[in-house]
Amino acid sequence: MAILDVNTLSISFGGLRAVDNFNITIEKGQLYGLIGPNGAGKTTVFNLLTGVYKPTEGIIRLDGEDITGKSTIEINKAGIARTFQNIRLFKDMPVLDNVKVGLHNHHPYSTLTGILRLPKYYKVEKEMDERAMEILKVFDLDKEAEYLAGNLPYGKQRKLEIARALATDPKLLLLDEPAAGMNPNETQELMDTIRFVRDHFDMTILLIEHDMKLVGGICEELTVLNFGQVLTQGKTAEVLKDPAVVTAYLGE
Amino acid sequence: MKKNMNKTSKNNFITYAMVVVIFAVVQTLSSTGNLSNLLKGLLVPLCVYTIAAVSLNLVVGFSGELSLGHAGFMCVGAYSSALFSNVVGDALPSVPRLILAILIGAAVAGVFGILIGIPVLRLRGDYLAIVTLAFGEIIKNLINVLYVGVDENGIHVATSSAGLNLEAGGKQIMKGALGISGTSTLYKDIKPYLFLIGIILVLITLFVVQNLVHSRSGRAIMSTRDNRIAAESVGINITSYKLLAFTVSAALAGVAGVLYAHNLSMLKVSIFDYNLSIMILVYVVLGGIGNLRGSIIATIILYALPELLRGFSTYRMLIYAIVLIAMMLFNWAPAARNWRSRIVEKIKGTRPKKEAA
Repeated sequence: MAILDVNTLSISFGGLRAVDNFNITIEKGQLYGLIGPNGAGKTTVFNLLTGVYKPTEGIIRLDGEDITGKSTIEINKAGIARTFQNIRLFKDMPVLDNVKVGLHNHHPYSTLTGILRLPKYYKVEKEMDERAMEILKVFDLDKEAEYLAGNLPYGKQRKLEIARALATDPKLLLLDEPAAGMNPNETQELMDTIRFVRDHFDMTILLIEHDMKLVGGICEELTVLNFGQVLTQGKTAEVLKDPAVVTAYLGE
Repeated sequence: MKKNMNKTSKNNFITYAMVVVIFAVVQTLSSTGNLSNLLKGLLVPLCVYTIAAVSLNLVVGFSGELSLGHAGFMCVGAYSSALFSNVVGDALPSVPRLILAILIGAAVAGVFGILIGIPVLRLRGDYLAIVTLAFGEIIKNLINVLYVGVDENGIHVATSSAGLNLEAGGKQIMKGALGISGTSTLYKDIKPYLFLIGIILVLITLFVVQNLVHSRSGRAIMSTRDNRIAAESVGINITSYKLLAFTVSAALAGVAGVLYAHNLSMLKVSIFDYNLSIMILVYVVLGGIGNLRGSIIATIILYALPELLRGFSTYRMLIYAIVLIAMMLFNWAPAARNWRSRIVEKIKGTRPKKEAA
């Protein structure tokens, strides 16, 4: 069964139909790309999928479960985690704690247990520390665990955001322009990381990207959005050759 | 990982130790007769304001919301506990009575925290500050017109002295703007130990706030401060954690109020105005937002200073203002912060070398 199945998803802001009749089906383990010119509605699709906006029409199914109209928190618990186009880390908290916030709902203990420092506090905190360090190691961030997240260099901040999203143990990971602001070397490294995340965590990934080298290099299938509507969908190589896509990006 | 754990518990320990050392120094000074009566009178209020500042730091520093209604919660704690003490009177020995009074003050202030927090925490920044300020004033003005008396028929509540309709032999406890009198006389036997009790309450406050901050819930609270949208995206319920911080802070402010009320023979509502809220906020901001030890130090310096400077009479407030500006610069000016972090790096940088040698 498809991990993500979206049917006739639409949203209007006043008279503007920002996303119109959007359909997408993503199979488990796929690396899927969502591309399109600026203002096409890509990030709006992400915001619809994660419950930031409520759709005007349409159904979103995650692993068979209808999550349409649920809150961001419920959708994260159901299994969608995301990163942001403009990095949103917990800047004044250590790198380790950023990941531990991601683990929040998976390693529970009560507030009172925390205040009174009952044995369960030490046990669960130790589990969280170990799990968080495991995830940080994957992204080669374990040495910076005690740094404040805001003090990390840009590329590492992007990685930490992915690490934090993965800590919530999602079924589907949404990456919003992960390569934005990166130089070609960093982009190459990021491509390897994304592929590694897919294989290592057995993850399904949907990403928005403008860097065609990255998209062509790692995405298996693509959906192209233009003016809120799906322009074309299919295998990456074929989509990128489509004259309509070239026109949408470069003009007549 | 382990190092990280040790670092926070070491940090917490330093804060507790600091409070204990201050207590020991003050006790020695006082027993050797080096402390004037004026200064002795400042000790318990100092504990009151320390508790208030540390608890306000939970909201301002860790939850990232500007609250100007802290005096309102102190007021609720003070009045509810003083009322309890006076109603119970000599039916209970003073120690258990005081413990119950503290618990009641904290609980009532906590409930007010929840009630006010639910509507107010939907707002942010300046709006939240203004609404909490208004709530503080509402609480103050309500208590200002409240009369409570007790007779054989039970407790009477009214908005005027005559409205109480007390039987002969009944006693008026709360007299509107005149407040509650005689609370401290109920505790004559433990009056000399009130500073010790205050210090214990400061330690309890620190225990609660420090342990809360360094726990799962504390991280959730700080994540909502750093980035609301990201916190929601990883499944953190922002509203409930903001409310948790607000409620715990209100309950602890209530404890500060209890201590304040039981130290005085006259409890008047006029002290709990917005000036008090702002004074506590000044302690928090100057001590460093999110820095509990800083809150304590700032409270001690800024509270004791105007009294210690009485000798300078006319220049007193001038010096106070200069100290305020100097502390603000030391804590927040970019150049001063860089200088401080360089010093810290220097100290930290030399440490591994020593270990290697």
